[in-house]
Parts: sequence; structure tokens; C-alpha cells
Amino acid sequence: MKTQTDSKLIFQYQNGDEKALSTLINRHKKDLFTFIYYKLMDEDLANDIFQDTFIKIIVTLKEGRYKEENKFILWAKRIAHNLIIDHFRLQSKNIKISETSFDNEEFSIFDIIKEPENNIEDKLIADQINEDLLKMLVMLPDNQQEVIKLRFFDGLSFKEIADHTDTSINTTLGRVRYALINLRKIMEENKIILTK
Amino acid sequence: MKKNDTLTTKALTPKKEIIDFLLNYSKNIQPIKTKNRKIVLVSKN
Repeated sequence: MKTQTDSKLIFQYQNGDEKALSTLINRHKKDLFTFIYYKLMDEDLANDIFQDTFIKIIVTLKEGRYKEENKFILWAKRIAHNLIIDHFRLQSKNIKISETSFDNEEFSIFDIIKEPENNIEDKLIADQINEDLLKMLVMLPDNQQEVIKLRFFDGLSFKEIADHTDTSINTTLGRVRYALINLRKIMEENKIILTK
Repeated sequence: MKKNDTLTTKALTPKKEIIDFLLNYSKNIQPIKTKNRKIVLVSKN
């Protein structure tokens, strides 16, 4: 069974073969757990997230909602990544609550001061937004991709983009406008939400 | 140069209890179709 592809194992599992799940977990446990652990640097927490990730996977597969678009492990890592972000969001809320608690003598006001450049939650969210954005960008026509990258990734002004692409400012403005309209459509069609 | 000087990412594994829990969890739930053709998971126990 170990030589079977992930797709085949998923198919077998969805058709009642519980051993296929065991093979799938054993095949990917190291890769997935290492991925989770190095984002959290906490073994117990990594075990919790690993467990929650596979519960989501099991439920999705058993309910027949799995749509194979990428490799299984990429999908699993995506779920884990989202759970890690949820964890940091929850943790950040809990810290705010404990700010007013005077019972906890070990609490220090310095614990809640954010370091913007080092804040792992912000970084993870920013990474995810960039990842989603890049996936959507490739769906745009080449000239629209170019203006978006120059404007929003490289920070060029419309005048500079016009010079760079050898077009008029009006053409540049038009391309950015159509690119944003198209991106909104892609987001709606794919139910993608970009928030920070 | 010492052998351990190179930076490596240590591969880790989840606890055996977690794997056992997941396999048991999976065995104990089964999908059923509701009247409106929606699939819901129910516990076998």
C-alpha cells in the first residue's frame, strides 16, 4: 500500500478503507509536523495543531468535500498554516484580556508590547496574503500583472510606471483600474478574503 | 570545523498518542446522507 499515490489512498479512504488513512498519516507526519513545529517552536502546541489539522482533513474527506487541486501535503500544510494563524489571533486576544489582571504577578506589561518586524502572526498573515495575491495575479493579462507589481510591490508612482512601460499615464491608470476590477472578480469567484 | 557546525532542520514526529487518537476518531465517525442530500458525520458509538 505504501507505493500507492496519495490520490489513490484518499479514494480508498473515502470508500471506507481506514488503513489508507494510517498510510497517509505515516507518510506525511514528519513533513507536516516539522512544518508546524518550526512555525511555533513548541512541541505540545505543535502536537495540538497537528491533531486539529488531521481532524479537519478527516472530516473534509469523510464528508466528500475534498477537491484535489494540489498535492495532498500542500493542502494539509495550508490547513495547518490557517490553524496556526487562528492560534496566534486567539492568543493575542487573551493577552489583551490579561492586561487588566492584577492577580497574575508574573504578568509584565512588556510582554504585550508588539515588535512589528518580529511579530510572527503579522508575518504569517502577510505571507498568506502575498501568496493569495500572487496566485490571483497570474490570472490577469500580462500588462495588468506588470502594472500591479510595479505599483504595489515595487512602489512606483503612476508617472514612473508610465515611463517604465513606455505608455501614457492614462493607459497606466486604466490598466491598474482594470487589474483591480479583475482581481475583485477573481476574489469573489474564488471566495478569497484578504485581510490584515 | 566541527561536524555539528552546519545548520540543519531536525525532522520531528508527532506523539504516538496523537496518531492513535486520529485513527480511532476516524473509525468512530461515519458519513450519512440526510433527507436534503447533505452529508453529515455521526458517531458510531
